[in-house]
Amino acid sequence: MRKVAIVGVSCTKVGEHWETSLRDLFTQAGLKAMDDANTAKIDALYVGNMCADKAQEQGHLGALMADAIGLPGTPAVKVEAACASGGAAIHQGFTAVASGLYDTVMVGGVEKMTDLQTEEVSAALMMAENREYTGFTGITFVGLNALVERLYMETHQVKHEEIATFAVNDHKNAATNPYAQYPFPVSLETVMNSPLVADPLHLLECTGIGDGAAALVLCPAERAREFTDTPIQISASTIATSKLAMYERDDLLTFQATRKAAESAYKLAGIGPWDVDVLEVHDAFTIVGVLSMEALGYSERGKGARLAAEGQTAAGGRIPTNTLGGLKARGHPVGATGVYQVAELTWQLRGGAGKNQVSGAEVGMAQNVGGVDSTAVVHILRRTN
Amino acid sequence: MKPIQQVGIVGYGAYIPRYRIKAAEIARVWGVAGDRFPIDEKAVVGLDEDTITIAVEAAKYALRRARIDPCELGAVYVGTESKPYAVKPSGTVVAEAIGATPNVLTADYEFACKAGTEAFQTCIALASSGMVKYGMAVGVDTAQGRPGDELEYTAACGGAAFIFGLRSENTLALVEGTYSYVTDTSDFWRRDGEFYPCHAGRFTGDPAYFRQIKCAATGLMKELQLQPGDFDYAVFHQPNAKFPSSVAKDLGFSTEKIKPGLLSPVIGNTYAGSSPMGLAATLDSAKPGQRILMVSYGSGAGSDAFSFVVQNCVAEKRDLAPRVWGMVDRKKYIDYAVYARHRRKIQA
Repeated sequence: MRKVAIVGVSCTKVGEHWETSLRDLFTQAGLKAMDDANTAKIDALYVGNMCADKAQEQGHLGALMADAIGLPGTPAVKVEAACASGGAAIHQGFTAVASGLYDTVMVGGVEKMTDLQTEEVSAALMMAENREYTGFTGITFVGLNALVERLYMETHQVKHEEIATFAVNDHKNAATNPYAQYPFPVSLETVMNSPLVADPLHLLECTGIGDGAAALVLCPAERAREFTDTPIQISASTIATSKLAMYERDDLLTFQATRKAAESAYKLAGIGPWDVDVLEVHDAFTIVGVLSMEALGYSERGKGARLAAEGQTAAGGRIPTNTLGGLKARGHPVGATGVYQVAELTWQLRGGAGKNQVSGAEVGMAQNVGGVDSTAVVHILRRTN
Repeated sequence: MKPIQQVGIVGYGAYIPRYRIKAAEIARVWGVAGDRFPIDEKAVVGLDEDTITIAVEAAKYALRRARIDPCELGAVYVGTESKPYAVKPSGTVVAEAIGATPNVLTADYEFACKAGTEAFQTCIALASSGMVKYGMAVGVDTAQGRPGDELEYTAACGGAAFIFGLRSENTLALVEGTYSYVTDTSDFWRRDGEFYPCHAGRFTGDPAYFRQIKCAATGLMKELQLQPGDFDYAVFHQPNAKFPSSVAKDLGFSTEKIKPGLLSPVIGNTYAGSSPMGLAATLDSAKPGQRILMVSYGSGAGSDAFSFVVQNCVAEKRDLAPRVWGMVDRKKYIDYAVYARHRRKIQA
């Protein structure tokens, strides 16, 4: 296998892009990534997306987006793994370059959720669970995660406020990210006083509905300097799945897919969790952030919430996490989120994260989740000097 | 747009039905948790009231303040989206009831919540051109929201009538100019034959309400070479309590400037009646020489902006008919069951 580097990244601001189509969103990010990589040549395109079939009644995104960025005829496919679609697309792009099949590969993620009404968004996202046994009951993803949060608090006797601190951390970081959907700080009190969406989950513990697109250009590491002076190497790209439906799991409070993907990634990269300088976790809900931290090996079971509450995940903390706002405050344009995470880590490792720069960051890790950890994708990136 | 000859408001009147339902009562019925609602309470019609009866009440009050013979009205336009008859003008009934028939121009206007201010513009133009001596424009609605829908909290009943004529000693507010901004934006609609409207959720915000109002307001101010600081008061369409406050802040108007005309928290969204009623409430307390900005918003979508300068005779005229805030305070609370009967959601 060849080593793979990231040589171009870009993203659009996450938000309500009422006047921009799905295709135009992708085009904006894709063309900017090509500019960033100083290349007009793309051998293959992988597009991460979950909901276009429902939201825009648009399938066949591979051919559509290849054409949109001026590259008709390029091998191109859509990759779908629910909210992990973006991470899964990167994994596909990585394997394509690593195998030697393609040299310059674009990986994009795009989602436009605001074409749907809120209840339609909930229905679209429920496609990530088992329709036959779970979705048909009418429960939403907020509902599923609320059950997990309640169980976690009861089982481990954890205060709700500790879990909710994850949202406070995200918002603080997003305040200085020009691409963030919610670039403002919120207090813990504000989070805890926000309306209940599904008991015990409050509104400000949940990601909003947003549109956005992000893109990367990958190439073999040995050719990276042809494109950029600051290539970032992908040390590991792993993907794992667990039981799709929550009701089939023996243990609802352990993210098995994340644990498996992370163990493989640490092994491939030859590092442990605390060797990571900057971390992106998939905190679609505060409780998902907590369980992700535990599964990634940053704490034992039942202690993950303390990481945020004690300030360990804050900028300047022991493991700076979601340094540009995470899902909660940068935003969660579903199928693009995994690509946003890796684009943001690339900026951090290049030293180009502006006010949010983690000083001297050399190793970054991103964890992207589909469903309630039914799919997990982990990427470990390293600066190469 | 500026009239060729100077035109002003010579009379105005508003009417708010007596009944109120609290937002908390609607939330109770639908099992909605919390205590944060788009408004506090809204006005509801009685069993014998509809758009036409509200328009007539408001028109009578406007005539009292105008101190004119109704026969002098050359035009009566009613802007509404809740006409009692799908085919048969509301304007004819109103004109007949106030004694303005038969030599009168009449039509009903529809442009969601800005139908009333479209009638303003027509009357201003007719009076300015000399085609009519006085023209009456009424913005009125008895809007309905689908049970359980977010709109049910706000869709309310009320209206206001304004009489326009050439500038004279009888003018209580002079029209400086008007400006319209219209785009094809489907944020809220009701198909033919449907009883309840549909809306596109958050799309009704930034790309619809806020865009149109801001473009109309800034367009008018540019045309008249005025700044927000030149206005003493501002009235924006009031679909809920939050939107008018937010758009005022964005445009650079303080809370104090919108306060006299901000009725939505206590009477709800009276649709085509909304911004005209806000203007009426503002005229109830404005002093001569003060300038008022009014911007309506109609889904579909568009905004009409107006600049008025209050004239001397406002003080002697305002007490010739009931003031708006007095009607706000004249109320009787009903529960959801009575509300359902009044709004014909249940029938014997």
